[in-house]
Amino acid sequence: MTIDSGDTAWVLASAALVLLMTPGVALFYGGMVRAKSVLNMMMMSFGAMATISVVWVLWGYSEAFGESWHGLVGDPFQHFGLANLLDGDTAVYGYKAAAEGVAAHGGIPAMAFVAFQAVFAIITVALISGAIADRAKYSTWLIFTVVWATIVYFPVAHWVFAFDSYAAAKGGWIANSLKTIDFAGGTAVHINAGAAGLVLALIIGKRVGFRKDPMRPHNMTLVMLGAALLWFGWFGFNAGSALGANNTAAVTWVNTLAATGAACLGWLATERIRNGHGTSLGAASGIVAGLVAITPACSAVTPIGAVAIGLLAGVLCALAVSLKFRFGYDDSLDVVGVHLVGGLVGTIAIGFVASASAPAGVDGLFYGGGLDQLWRQAVGAGAVLVYSFVVTALIGLALHKTLGFRIERDAEIQGIDLEEHAETSYDLGSLGGGGLSHVGGPMFGSPTASSAPSTVTINRQGATS
Amino acid sequence: MRLVTAIIKPFKLDEVKQALEAYGITGMTVSEASGYGRQRGHSEVYRGAEYKVDFVPKVRVEVVVDDIDASDVVNVILKAAQTGRIGDGKIWTVAVEDVARVRTGERGPDAL
Repeated sequence: MTIDSGDTAWVLASAALVLLMTPGVALFYGGMVRAKSVLNMMMMSFGAMATISVVWVLWGYSEAFGESWHGLVGDPFQHFGLANLLDGDTAVYGYKAAAEGVAAHGGIPAMAFVAFQAVFAIITVALISGAIADRAKYSTWLIFTVVWATIVYFPVAHWVFAFDSYAAAKGGWIANSLKTIDFAGGTAVHINAGAAGLVLALIIGKRVGFRKDPMRPHNMTLVMLGAALLWFGWFGFNAGSALGANNTAAVTWVNTLAATGAACLGWLATERIRNGHGTSLGAASGIVAGLVAITPACSAVTPIGAVAIGLLAGVLCALAVSLKFRFGYDDSLDVVGVHLVGGLVGTIAIGFVASASAPAGVDGLFYGGGLDQLWRQAVGAGAVLVYSFVVTALIGLALHKTLGFRIERDAEIQGIDLEEHAETSYDLGSLGGGGLSHVGGPMFGSPTASSAPSTVTINRQGATS
Repeated sequence: MRLVTAIIKPFKLDEVKQALEAYGITGMTVSEASGYGRQRGHSEVYRGAEYKVDFVPKVRVEVVVDDIDASDVVNVILKAAQTGRIGDGKIWTVAVEDVARVRTGERGPDAL
């Protein structure tokens, strides 16, 4: 079978773009926490990159895209370790054989699809971390990423992203039986991560001082940089989900631009009316809310529909982030308000504003399509929401009762960076850290070596004593 | 000798420095400070949550001068730092017993 080099190039480039979104999340979240916990916040994203990369090649891909078991989960052993997908002559997806008068259409190597879907798994897990900022035990978080991906994300990705006869003969139930439109992961990624974040925030409990101490973002420029990287990478997320360099990719690209701009405006306008100022955090949050909402819808709507979805998401998410104060759950960085609400807005909106002129070819309620697509969207979104909520609760409670999911109160007040990583993020003082001493380690040889002093003190000139 | 300490608005530092130089003061120590007086703090809003920030950024200027100059130096700073609006700051002076110049070992007024 032949490989289409253009399609393959776009999918591989998109995969790299999407991987960049996870450090983007690290910056976005890292700037929003206090200076004493920024490193831990970023390490939760980087940890997800590490664990999921390994789990994905072992059983994750196979569980999501292997031969389906009743549309619920792929066979985790079929492609375990991926060794049977290395052959570019046979392992090609999306290839269409020549028909009468129509030339054959090449596909992409299986490994390109493996790469593209891997980075989706990584970012979905990383998104959850924002709900439990400042207080989660790092070792338990790493274990959670593996367990959650295995029991929640991989099956849900199978439901939503595994189409019949693409990576396997039979795929998942939402994509093939229910026919919910979720182009790039409004349900599997955002509703999924948002629901999981809500559950973990409830299980782990509020930060010390929630609603009493000021917890304003310590570095807004990091947040803006993170939002910029997310927007940039999201073009790979959405347009790459076309799995080819084609018209669908181009349409989704433009819709991703338009919805995001509109959501940014919607959030800023809401803030201006409610608080008197449009803020930079509002702009950054509106950008992410718009990206989330257009993710499922980008192949199903016209650019005007994309603007409408973006505006709606910007306004609703700006209102939704205040819910945690009313109901008293500490979803620290608004994973619920932005990702769960934004994901629901986008997924449900398809039922109203989908247009048959867009690549998905389906009319929503406002375009004369009736209620048919709307209920499919609602059921798909609800199924992922409930599954993620319930199963994450079981995982979270099990880990919390056994390993413990939360650091000690005093350690949290002092700062989780120091407690969990033995580091501090910033050394901005002019005194060079004030009496820094080097105690052992490879820098000056082993402290136990006969000639080496057991403690080396560095003075400001760099001489040792 | 007297130590003159002024807490001023950060954007007034350049004017204060120039005014002191024009008066003939040859050195000063400047540090960043935060605090509040009658001005109190200000509000910041993040994702709809309002935070009251009590400690406002200020600059602390310290100059050690001869007794006879102290009153004039206070006036020089006062004129340069004043905007007439709330939050302009405070200036105070205290007596200094001894001063030493580290490089030469000079003591007292000679070290200024």
